[in-house]
Amino acid sequence: MKRELPLLMTAVIGLLMLLSFFVPHHVVSVPADFLQQCAVIVVAFGYVLGGANALRVNLEGIAKRQPDWPYKLVLVVTLVFTVAVGLKEGRHWQDDHSTSMFLYNRVYSPMQGTMFALLAFYIASAAFRAFRVRTVEAGLLAAAALIVMLGRVPVGDQMTMWLPEPLRLGAVQDWIMNVPQNAAKRAVLMGAALGVMATGLRVILGIERSYLGGGD
Amino acid sequence: MGLAWLEKLDRRWLFLIVGLLVLGPLVRPIGVPLGSSKPVRQFHDAIAALPSHSIVLMSCDYDPGGKPEMVPPTRTAFRQLMEKHCRVVITCLWTGGSGLVDETIEQTANELRAKGMDIVYGRDYVDLGYKAGYEAVMVLMGKGIANAFPQDQRANRTSSLPLMHEVKDYSSFVLLVNISAGYPGTKEWVQQVNARFHLPMISACTAVSAPEYYPYLQSGQLRGLLGGMAGAAEYEKLRGEKGSATRGMDAQSLAHVFVALCIVMGNVVQWTKRRTAP
Repeated sequence: MKRELPLLMTAVIGLLMLLSFFVPHHVVSVPADFLQQCAVIVVAFGYVLGGANALRVNLEGIAKRQPDWPYKLVLVVTLVFTVAVGLKEGRHWQDDHSTSMFLYNRVYSPMQGTMFALLAFYIASAAFRAFRVRTVEAGLLAAAALIVMLGRVPVGDQMTMWLPEPLRLGAVQDWIMNVPQNAAKRAVLMGAALGVMATGLRVILGIERSYLGGGD
Repeated sequence: MGLAWLEKLDRRWLFLIVGLLVLGPLVRPIGVPLGSSKPVRQFHDAIAALPSHSIVLMSCDYDPGGKPEMVPPTRTAFRQLMEKHCRVVITCLWTGGSGLVDETIEQTANELRAKGMDIVYGRDYVDLGYKAGYEAVMVLMGKGIANAFPQDQRANRTSSLPLMHEVKDYSSFVLLVNISAGYPGTKEWVQQVNARFHLPMISACTAVSAPEYYPYLQSGQLRGLLGGMAGAAEYEKLRGEKGSATRGMDAQSLAHVFVALCIVMGNVVQWTKRRTAP
């Protein structure tokens, strides 16, 4: 019963959600809508669970004085502080001079921006040290990357102004994006969609049981 | 000696060059001439073709990490919509994005007010803020927008806002403008909303995710696409604006040239090494 009940629930709910695409009758649509609302609530609770888990794992790390424990301490302090500030300010968190907005605009936003900005530096370094052309395939990849990289920015067209228009970097880049790239992407999308459908059916029919845990 | 010294080049030199190439044009712009590609013109034309006073859904799915690429198209699209006298309902499906989106929209609205436009929150635009649930929220909105967002970003009851009296579900909108930095974003809106509720849609996305959306553009599911800062800059040019995307294009152009040069030089060094090896 421990395994059969979840399998039955999955099958019934999966079939109901599938049916709701095709049957607009309220017998199907009302429970389907209810389940969708449940999904939204479950996702929201997921954040609470995630926060609690982050707290537990990092507190454990601090207690055991793991090698990187000072970073864990920073994480725990900032997590608790941000949540406490949010709870204290409640509905007024968006007011002009609220601490929440200060934390968002002056800490969270610049730090996230910095993380992404660092990528530019590491990409340049990786391009110099790691992008090695050793095979024909790698050569094709490198050529396509160079054309797209230069063709996507206005300087690419400026560099090839002397060529006829269809041969300029911008035009060649457009062709790469619209023809070979699109064909490959479409194949990946269709493959992934078929895979999702197959997995969904396997879950509904109870063939795929790995989500239940226990290894079978 | 040849190019052997390049192999042992300290990567901090590369970091320094990238830093200078990015900072230089931001301080002293070069003004690389911009063109306008077909997907960008389609994006612009899709909004230009909207009837006045129509209601548009604008989902801004990004957070501060995508600010340089995502904020410029948000501003320009919102300006174009307001100048077309469209009414805009804004949503955000990214946890950390709603504050930035609200700030961006409010700043743009204030700029337009300063120019003499009569724009009122609640009547001309509404920011419904963030809702957790990814695709489930998209589907839930199809059953009723107020159902999915009972309150707006500023904690007003959605039902109390005049604009929302005219908004029921996706059938109330004539267009979906999605500004997307990843998941959930354009792909999910196409799959869950465009395909299911037949809501026409255009997208502005990060450069890295643009290739993923080209099939949707070619199939007509997307009616226009702005890819990254380059797309945003071209859109600004079409609108006759000189925003932050246009200013950033010089820096991005030089950085791209340098990365391309790094790939070429890195390989030249390796080939030379292999040739000279005993």
